[in-house]
Amino acid sequence: MIGTGQTKHGRRDDLSYPEMVREAVKAALEDAGITPDDIDAVVFGSMPSMMEGVALNHLYFAEALRAVGKPILRSETCGSTGQSIAHTGIYWVASGMADIVLVVGSEKQHEGDAQATMMTIPEPFLVRIVGGAPAVFSMQAREYMGHFKIDEQKAREAAAIISVDCHNGGFLNPYAHIKVQVTKEDVMRARIITYPVRLWDVCPSSDGACAVVLASERKAKRLCKRPAWIKGMGFRGEEYFSGDSSKAVWRSAIEAAKEAYGQAGITEPRREIDVAEVYNPFTYQELVLLECLGFCPHGEAPDYVIKGVFSPGGELPCNPSGGVLCTNPIGAAGLIRLAEAAMQVTGKAGPHQVEGAKVAFSHAMGGAEQFNAVTIVGSEL
Amino acid sequence: MEGEKRKPRTIQAVLRIPFEMAMGPTWARFFDGLKEEKILGTRCKECKRVLVPARPFCARCFEPMEEWLEVAQEGTIISWSYVNYTYFGVTEEMIPIVPAQIRLDGTDNAWGGRIGGFDIKDLELVNRKVKVGGRVRAVWRKEKTGSLDDLQYWEPI
Repeated sequence: MIGTGQTKHGRRDDLSYPEMVREAVKAALEDAGITPDDIDAVVFGSMPSMMEGVALNHLYFAEALRAVGKPILRSETCGSTGQSIAHTGIYWVASGMADIVLVVGSEKQHEGDAQATMMTIPEPFLVRIVGGAPAVFSMQAREYMGHFKIDEQKAREAAAIISVDCHNGGFLNPYAHIKVQVTKEDVMRARIITYPVRLWDVCPSSDGACAVVLASERKAKRLCKRPAWIKGMGFRGEEYFSGDSSKAVWRSAIEAAKEAYGQAGITEPRREIDVAEVYNPFTYQELVLLECLGFCPHGEAPDYVIKGVFSPGGELPCNPSGGVLCTNPIGAAGLIRLAEAAMQVTGKAGPHQVEGAKVAFSHAMGGAEQFNAVTIVGSEL
Repeated sequence: MEGEKRKPRTIQAVLRIPFEMAMGPTWARFFDGLKEEKILGTRCKECKRVLVPARPFCARCFEPMEEWLEVAQEGTIISWSYVNYTYFGVTEEMIPIVPAQIRLDGTDNAWGGRIGGFDIKDLELVNRKVKVGGRVRAVWRKEKTGSLDDLQYWEPI
């Protein structure tokens, strides 16, 4: 990875959608120090583009994506879209068919009704998502707490710590949407949205875009002093019917991480990874993920969180950017995780830089707990 | 952006698109079962799992699931939540809702539904009556439409 770019995230009704996409693309090209002519191919993804009322928005964005006269691919896996498009770009470069690939993800949630569109993700007669995305992931939290017999107050405290850490991170991150600092008490006493999830346990609806530039080893060495090298990646899907497999012991997350660790030669993730960007639209879901991604034993995430293992200055700081909890342009959110990981290992993360980070982990999940994707980057090839 | 006083210029648009989707024979038979207050599942001849709603083929074995069974109308709560916000199509008077994942006796997967049959506005009461591992039974609507609506709610036993 030789460049990353993000828009300022939030409510972006100051710009039309293509203008907003261009803001991220321009930033990534400038960061990489390349011109649009250097790009061989373009990959784009978002949520179902009906979220913003345009059926295939990568057609609308051809100019903003600098895709005129170039091959373009769209990948789309719901919340994990941002990681899927990165993987698509990586496959393209790894195949040898392109030397430089521009990968862009975006969302403009304020232009439509995100919950309404998300309710059309399942067919309408067999699966009904009652309570939208918050209920889906609250039920995962409850399944997890029930499966491992985790004390509800302990889980609530751990979720609150995750929320406090993320909001502190978002406060520092110049691109973040939500810039409010909260206390543990604020989080634990907040209004219930979908029990046990409360207001400060839930991500916002955001507008924003992210772009990254991927290059072959030869080009990266020529063009970039400090590239972030892709060390490993993994992706796994599950059944459409979410009740067919456990979401407490979440196979797709476990296997996606395992594959990426195998490629990266990582055997002890918590010790060997310096910083992680874990896709966390809901605090409680991060507890499940910390275990399934191999950062701590199953059933013990609340204890590790309460001990501060994943807080700033802890053994494995998670989401120093504020995570999805503070910034959620969905189609971009998984790619932002990878961009932030690359910024960390190249020393470009600014106010939320984890000092000396050499190996960084990024992740996204998508669907009604159907997909998990992992990409690991390092400062050395 | 936020903080700016000038109202952004926007254009409004609405889209309404009707669809007519084929159910296929398996799901048609499943919905016919609901009309008769029967919950139908199918069994995979390879892995022997029984899944509800009935499936035309097994996700794991890719074999047709042709053995039909009427499954129990009682089961165990795998997970639940308490929906306390309004969203598209759901207004103030429709909340709270208590969705749940339920494993029916003799089946191998969890199936989504909603809990009812008592005052679910009272979260304390919900918390006492609804537990992971708790038991529930199906309560049917009188008027049937051959859809998921025929199952009115799941009542804690």
